[in-house]
Amino acid sequence: MNALFWLAAAVAVLSTALAISRPSPVRGLVYFVVSLLAVAVIFFLLGAPFVAAFEVILYAGGIMVLFLFAVMLLGTGPDAVATERQALRPRTWLGPAALGLVLLAELVVALVRRGAAAAPGGMVGPERVGLALVGPYLLAVEIASMLLVAALVGAVHLGRREEGEPR
Amino acid sequence: MMPLAILLGVVTFAGGLVWAERRLLALWQDRYGPNRVGPFGLLQVVADAIKLLTKEDWVPPFADRALFVLAPALVMVTALLSFAVVPVAPGIGVVGSNVGLLFFLAMTSMGAWGVVLAGWASNSKYSLLGGLRSAAQLLTYEAFMGLSLCGVVILAGSFDLREIVLAQRRVWFVVPQIVGCLTFLVAGLAAIHRLPFDLPEAEAELVAGYHSEYSGMKFAMFFVAEYVGITLISALSAVLFFGGWLGPVLPPIVWFFLKTSFFVGFFILLRAALPRPRFDQLMAFGWKVMLPVSLANLLVTGAIVLS
Repeated sequence: MNALFWLAAAVAVLSTALAISRPSPVRGLVYFVVSLLAVAVIFFLLGAPFVAAFEVILYAGGIMVLFLFAVMLLGTGPDAVATERQALRPRTWLGPAALGLVLLAELVVALVRRGAAAAPGGMVGPERVGLALVGPYLLAVEIASMLLVAALVGAVHLGRREEGEPR
Repeated sequence: MMPLAILLGVVTFAGGLVWAERRLLALWQDRYGPNRVGPFGLLQVVADAIKLLTKEDWVPPFADRALFVLAPALVMVTALLSFAVVPVAPGIGVVGSNVGLLFFLAMTSMGAWGVVLAGWASNSKYSLLGGLRSAAQLLTYEAFMGLSLCGVVILAGSFDLREIVLAQRRVWFVVPQIVGCLTFLVAGLAAIHRLPFDLPEAEAELVAGYHSEYSGMKFAMFFVAEYVGITLISALSAVLFFGGWLGPVLPPIVWFFLKTSFFVGFFILLRAALPRPRFDQLMAFGWKVMLPVSLANLLVTGAIVLS
């Protein structure tokens, strides 16, 4: 169990690093999906199979395919790789890396202070997730749905054609 | 042993399906179909397999090599992995998971990656168009595939496919969930891009769509994965809406096999009967008809269960 966790965690960290550093956008996306799958495995090992399944269905499946769709439409030839290489020069990523290090330091301090992460609190089945969503977190769910409706209306407005405009 | 037996069973069934489909299509189109190799042409599949194995396995120089090789394997592996959660009969099945149905949905959406990556990695116009179409189609139809199954989950009270079958002992879910059943069948067809939803590979316009550049065993993987996909959707239709292994007199495994075969035959008949729509018609049908219908089904089912 522990070995599986460390393995999945190592895969997640490595593939995330590769997702950032690959010059080809599609390769980066593929590594990102691997990273999401590794995180799903971690959720599963921590006793949350429901969250693990939705991590794969929604993030690795739905949203990432949408990303890939956009990347494919925008063209991903050698030009895109050259642009990416330019964006990955040391000067560009030094700032973000420094900020990331601050976050890492915070995380380490927090972990050291509170000891190792708490042991998983048993299996979290679909029922408990559902009850939590319509119980204590109902307001958050409703606010999120408002946000999504706003995004949908915006998308419909942007995609609308005027009368007589060619298809 | 059980996983291996099921794996072999599925692959054999899918292989036999290649022959069965060609013979059935021929029957419905008033011709003979393959009838030369072996009795009733049964060994045609073996002949095809030998041909595919000995063909040159060509990776185009302009393709993205790693992803080009990865894509067919991804399609095949996800299709086969889904069978891990399919309960064949009491005591026959690979794993019983309390999120079995979600695992199936997850594997379907990961299979989409194989197709889309194949289209991109081939680095050719037709393949890319096929990949784009398949990305759009799978996103659309996945949205209401999940919704169409929610009715079943509400009635059974579980994502576990075994419990879903057991919950149908009094009445098959096709009766209370007829709308969910129909939308699931349409979404399933689109998910495995079978005719009439095979726009990603539409031979008439895109050569062979996302697998235009593939040959030899890599092509065979896409080809067999399609038949594994048909078997999967048929098996799940039987499990989710038609009581799975439940039935009188005959042993459970025979019932499961009969029900699955019925849907396989139905899918082949659809291919013989229906023309292919235009791509924008397909998308409009998905978002404007199927999505509202499955949402309404969910609303009504939820209201009835609560009241």
